[in-house]
Amino acid sequence: MPEQLVFAMEVFLNGLMAGVLYALVALGFVLIYKASGIFNFAQGVMALFAAMTLVGIQKGQVPFSHLINAVLGTHIHHFGWHVHSLLAILLTVGVMIFLAWAVQKFVFRHLVGQEPIILFMATIGLAYFLEGFADLMWGSEIKTLDVCLTANACLPQGINLAIDEATYNWFGYGFFIDNLDITATIVAIILVSALVIFSQYTKQGRAMRAVADDHQAALSVGISLNFIWVLVWSVAGFVALVAGIMWGAKSGVQFSLSLIALKALPVLMLGGFTSIPGAIVGGLIIGVGEKMFEFLIGPMVGGATENWFAYVLALVFLVFRPQGLFGEKIIERV
Amino acid sequence: MLDAGRTEETLLEVNNIEVIYNHVILVLKGVSLSVPKGGITALLGGNGAGKTTTLKAISSLLQSERGDVTKGSIEYRGKNIQGRDPADLVKQGVIQVMEGRHCFEHLTVEENLLTGAYTRSDGGARIQQDLDMVYTYFPRLKERRKSQAGYTSGGEQQMVAMGRALMSRPETILLDEPSMGLAPQLVEEIFTIVKNLNEQEGVTFLLAEQNTNVALRFANYGYILESGRIVMDGPAAELRENPDVKEFYLGMSDDGRKSFRDVRSYRRRKRWLS
Repeated sequence: MPEQLVFAMEVFLNGLMAGVLYALVALGFVLIYKASGIFNFAQGVMALFAAMTLVGIQKGQVPFSHLINAVLGTHIHHFGWHVHSLLAILLTVGVMIFLAWAVQKFVFRHLVGQEPIILFMATIGLAYFLEGFADLMWGSEIKTLDVCLTANACLPQGINLAIDEATYNWFGYGFFIDNLDITATIVAIILVSALVIFSQYTKQGRAMRAVADDHQAALSVGISLNFIWVLVWSVAGFVALVAGIMWGAKSGVQFSLSLIALKALPVLMLGGFTSIPGAIVGGLIIGVGEKMFEFLIGPMVGGATENWFAYVLALVFLVFRPQGLFGEKIIERV
Repeated sequence: MLDAGRTEETLLEVNNIEVIYNHVILVLKGVSLSVPKGGITALLGGNGAGKTTTLKAISSLLQSERGDVTKGSIEYRGKNIQGRDPADLVKQGVIQVMEGRHCFEHLTVEENLLTGAYTRSDGGARIQQDLDMVYTYFPRLKERRKSQAGYTSGGEQQMVAMGRALMSRPETILLDEPSMGLAPQLVEEIFTIVKNLNEQEGVTFLLAEQNTNVALRFANYGYILESGRIVMDGPAAELRENPDVKEFYLGMSDDGRKSFRDVRSYRRRKRWLS
């Protein structure tokens, strides 16, 4: 088999894996948008906040240590213990649920029945608040995130060697696939299946979709909007945590992590704002598309196509299919 | 005077309520009414008279529309229910079917019905039983149970909304404008079902309706609202015979059907004087 083709296959696979990471971020947007019609600008920052909290808890950092030290004149920065990854993740989930509750209680509860644009602006405010709050709580330095520090749940190190060997035997060319990408893919598959089962087959999931369709009607049958919104923001917070872990492990936990939200936008336009499968497929198309485009066309135009490819593709979709591949057509009876 | 279907027990008692939207717009200026158990009570009046506002004040749906009950009281079974959580009211047996259907468009018909049972915790078997009950009253819904509610016809959506409310096992249904936008034949069908539910399942109805003619044929008792005030009330049979009601709402007078122009000018002159 020609080496060029095999290399293309490797690029394709890597594109798929990168797409999974995009999809993870896009998922959070879809969940909140579907259930409350809010485009949550803060989703990226939530991923950053979740990742920072996870690292902080894991390393036994004292929250607000700078503030405490400045006020009390002490020099405490660490509790001096390390928390097991799994426990740290659980604690972070707790923090994200608390965040969801707080957001609902202090922001959106007071905005029930307002225009979508006002809700959107509230999320912009939330994004900036959360960004500053995360820095204040855990410090602004770049942190490394390694969830596989002690957990046995991670994939064995030998797996990419095994892939390398297997593909070498088949094609005479060893593939390199990042261990982390494989983990991300598996996690994403589990996450999405769980989400789909939850929203299609459970009572709360059905209530969530009902709220998405019609707030007033949901209220009239006795569904508590507050509870559903806390639930949705918690689930979105959890998805943000997963995205934060994956991206954080890949490129370090730092401010730029919150900008991954920008990468999710074209994914959403492609897949549709209201579709969970759409977020996945959109992510994969963009991941594969930008890698393959860079590989095939990139050399002809001087490279660096990855920066704009996704956005141009999204633009094309906006023109020809504004609801995205899987977005719900707006049902309107006259 | 009591009609045959009515009993002495009063379920819902609205006492002189005043409702203000957005802190400035006074919509209800003292509305009082009482709904007896096991009856169909009609709330009649034209556009903007305050029918929907009255129902929403009772079901607590006003809060999400920046409306406030500023005076008066609303009692259900003798207990003050003003400002309660809508979910609490549904659990107590008071549920509203909103004007304009408000189905969950992207859910299937059956899923719509199941959301009605959201507040119930008496187990899947009972809920399934009630689902079958709803399907016997609305056989059309059974045929369409798997289709998305947004793609069903207006009449079917009205049935979905009513079936959904039934799934909560209500004692009282506040039914807002069920005839809106439906063909006369369908209106008749919907009202017949209301009557059947009232007689066979013992559901009490408070019914807001513009279609005075149909409403008074099916109801036991009627209240007539005009710009936020109750201007007349009485047993449905009496209201039907009342010359003013005939003239203003049924378009009839002693010398038979009048032309619309006469009715309008007469009404305008009378308003001017009052």
